[in-house]
Amino acid sequence: MSYSSPSSSSEDSICIDLRNPYLAALLAWLCPGAGHLYQRRYGKGVLFMVCILSIYFFGFAIGGGHVVYASWVKNDKRWQYACQVGVGLPALPAIIQNKLERNPEKEPFANGIMAPPKATEIKGRLEIDGKRMDQLSLWHAQYGAMFEIGTLYTMVAGLLNIVVIFDAYAGPVILNYPVSGSRGPPGKSNKRT
Amino acid sequence: MNIYQQLTREIPLLLGNVPQFIYLIPLMLVCSLVYGATRHELWLPIYQNSMRTLVWLVCFVGILFGVFLFSSWLV
Repeated sequence: MSYSSPSSSSEDSICIDLRNPYLAALLAWLCPGAGHLYQRRYGKGVLFMVCILSIYFFGFAIGGGHVVYASWVKNDKRWQYACQVGVGLPALPAIIQNKLERNPEKEPFANGIMAPPKATEIKGRLEIDGKRMDQLSLWHAQYGAMFEIGTLYTMVAGLLNIVVIFDAYAGPVILNYPVSGSRGPPGKSNKRT
Repeated sequence: MNIYQQLTREIPLLLGNVPQFIYLIPLMLVCSLVYGATRHELWLPIYQNSMRTLVWLVCFVGILFGVFLFSSWLV
């Protein structure tokens, strides 16, 4: 791939040690930027961590703490969570809350943070009930456009982290360094010079 | 009421009067920065790529805004 940036010559001469790219990718998913910190690419690691986590938590806060939840029941298929979960650990409590919500004997933990609105079991299927609709409607009425903007922020944070995971796994996209070394992604090495 | 409940209640109320297009600015900044940083390793090319992406995003959103404004004027 051709690359014609004025600073490409300086980038051509740098060496990127990706260490174990699989572990780096896993760390990058669990916490944005952690994969780069593991690879000792501290500047980019801090940049990714600050950028992604700041928009994630900002979106979470302006949405009243209700915009990130996992739910796949009738009338409430929260497909947005598939994007939000890209941010890793900060979005994972939603899955635990979803499991707890299915068990009527257990209460959600931590003030119901990331808990979905309550659902009931009707004829063996989890379905949305009047109370749940009321709770969703209440959130929308209470937070208005902030609920949608918060959802957008958290979704964008999750999607951006997918690009970051790829960067931790295989290095910058455009740069086409000659590779050397033995361990790394299939067909590639983990060190780019 | 604990601090978490207070924050999640107060922050949306405080920001409720801010014009909604303002929320695009940090989003576009972060998107362009992260996009640039995943394509380069050094700060100067990251900055240059981010600026290019930011200009592209602003133009794209501006054109979209213009199209919607024009169609709302037509209706």
